Amino acid sequence: MGCDARAVAAAVRAAAAVVTAHRDELVRLDQAIGDGDHGENLKRGFGFVVQALDESTPDTPGAVLKLVATTLISKVGGAAGPLYGTAFLRAATAVGDATELTPELVAKALRAALEGVVARGKAEVGDKTMVDALAPAAEVGSLAAAATAAERGAESTIPLVARKGRASYLGERAIGHQDPGARSTALVLRAFAEAAS
Amino acid sequence: MTVGIVIVSHSAALAAGVVELAGQMAPDVVIIAAGGDGDGGLGTDFEAVSEAVERAQSGDGVVLLYDLGSAKMVADLAVEMLGDPESAAVVDAPLVEGAVAGAVAAQAGADLDGVLSAAASALADQTEVDSETAGVTLLLTNETGLHARPASQVVQAIAGLDAQVTVRFGDRSADGRSVLALMGLGAAAGDRITVGATGPDAREALTRLENLVRGEFR
Ligand SMILES: Nc1ncnc2c1ncn2[C@@H]1O[C@H](COP(=O)(O)OP(=O)(O)O)[C@@H](O)[C@H]1O
Ligand SMILES: [Mg+2]
Repeated sequence: MGCDARAVAAAVRAAAAVVTAHRDELVRLDQAIGDGDHGENLKRGFGFVVQALDESTPDTPGAVLKLVATTLISKVGGAAGPLYGTAFLRAATAVGDATELTPELVAKALRAALEGVVARGKAEVGDKTMVDALAPAAEVGSLAAAATAAERGAESTIPLVARKGRASYLGERAIGHQDPGARSTALVLRAFAEAAS
Repeated sequence: MTVGIVIVSHSAALAAGVVELAGQMAPDVVIIAAGGDGDGGLGTDFEAVSEAVERAQSGDGVVLLYDLGSAKMVADLAVEMLGDPESAAVVDAPLVEGAVAGAVAAQAGADLDGVLSAAASALADQTEVDSETAGVTLLLTNETGLHARPASQVVQAIAGLDAQVTVRFGDRSADGRSVLALMGLGAAAGDRITVGATGPDAREALTRLENLVRGEFR
């Protein structure tokens, strides 16, 4: 299976579809411990991404990822914009000018994405954020394994108190709810894994 | 011209209110509100923040203040993506007091570091209780940043003073008397650290550290 710019764009479209299908679920999760906009933020943002890809698909995987990044940064208000945007931006830089993504490049991109999110938001594992999903995903070899690790990581946020983001204002009241950003991260990685298989 | 100021808030009304309040004491300072999601709702708008920074830039630098955590992320990104990221800086400060203190300093002709320091120490100055509390933001212009030798010079500089000194970099902080903790901050050349001090000798501690850093640890 060749993973060229076209394939990466297809994976991004698949992620956009999944995020859109799960909009209400993400909104509910964010209503419980935030302001309820996460599902709408991501749906809107990925909607603009698909629109940008319709207008022109860049010719390297890195350029596709960069287009996703700049679109999310400029179109998504809320924490998810700078965080997802930085993740895609660092992933784009990590894969450079390669015309096809190898498994090694995908692993490198995941690690770079994690580093970007941590640099931007300063969260650690256990702070009940998307880092809890992305960190275990960045440690494994394949996209499929990354998606599974992210799903487990997202579920691991349920019993936690949040130490970053809006939910951190809730203290103990955040316990018992899954973090919306961790959930959306797992959804996006699962969509990527399925598109690549 | 003066250093410009940008207020990044989730709320357009809040940003506008802070601009109004700070502007009253600083008629010549360009202070620009970047509030709301751009669609009339609550949120932050990266493009609006980037534009505001451009408009506030007169060549002397721009200081950005923010309300909640995700506004800080947007502000940081906007600065990183500037052609010259050194020409603007985000300050961790209470929004209202920081904006007023920063604007007053800019009006008085302070440079970028001066406005940053004024904003960063705004709250400290107002909450002096029974001991002095103060803070200053400093740009590391020496070659090695807070590496081993500079870190130990910091410790030596405040030895014998009756002051609790904390050095902050990003969201990490270190005791000013621990060489290891100071090195652990990882502050490098070109980074900005914030030094806070409390206790009877707080001012003296800050003056010494300010001289040390500005003198490039020589
Ligand atoms: N500092 C941070 N570091 C990492 N992730 C964060 C941080 N702050 C918030 N998040 C993530 O962002 C999610 C919320 O996104 P969203 O609702 O779109 O933004 P907002 O919180 O501004 O409304 C959280 O569930 C969390 O996973
Ligand atoms: Mg939210």
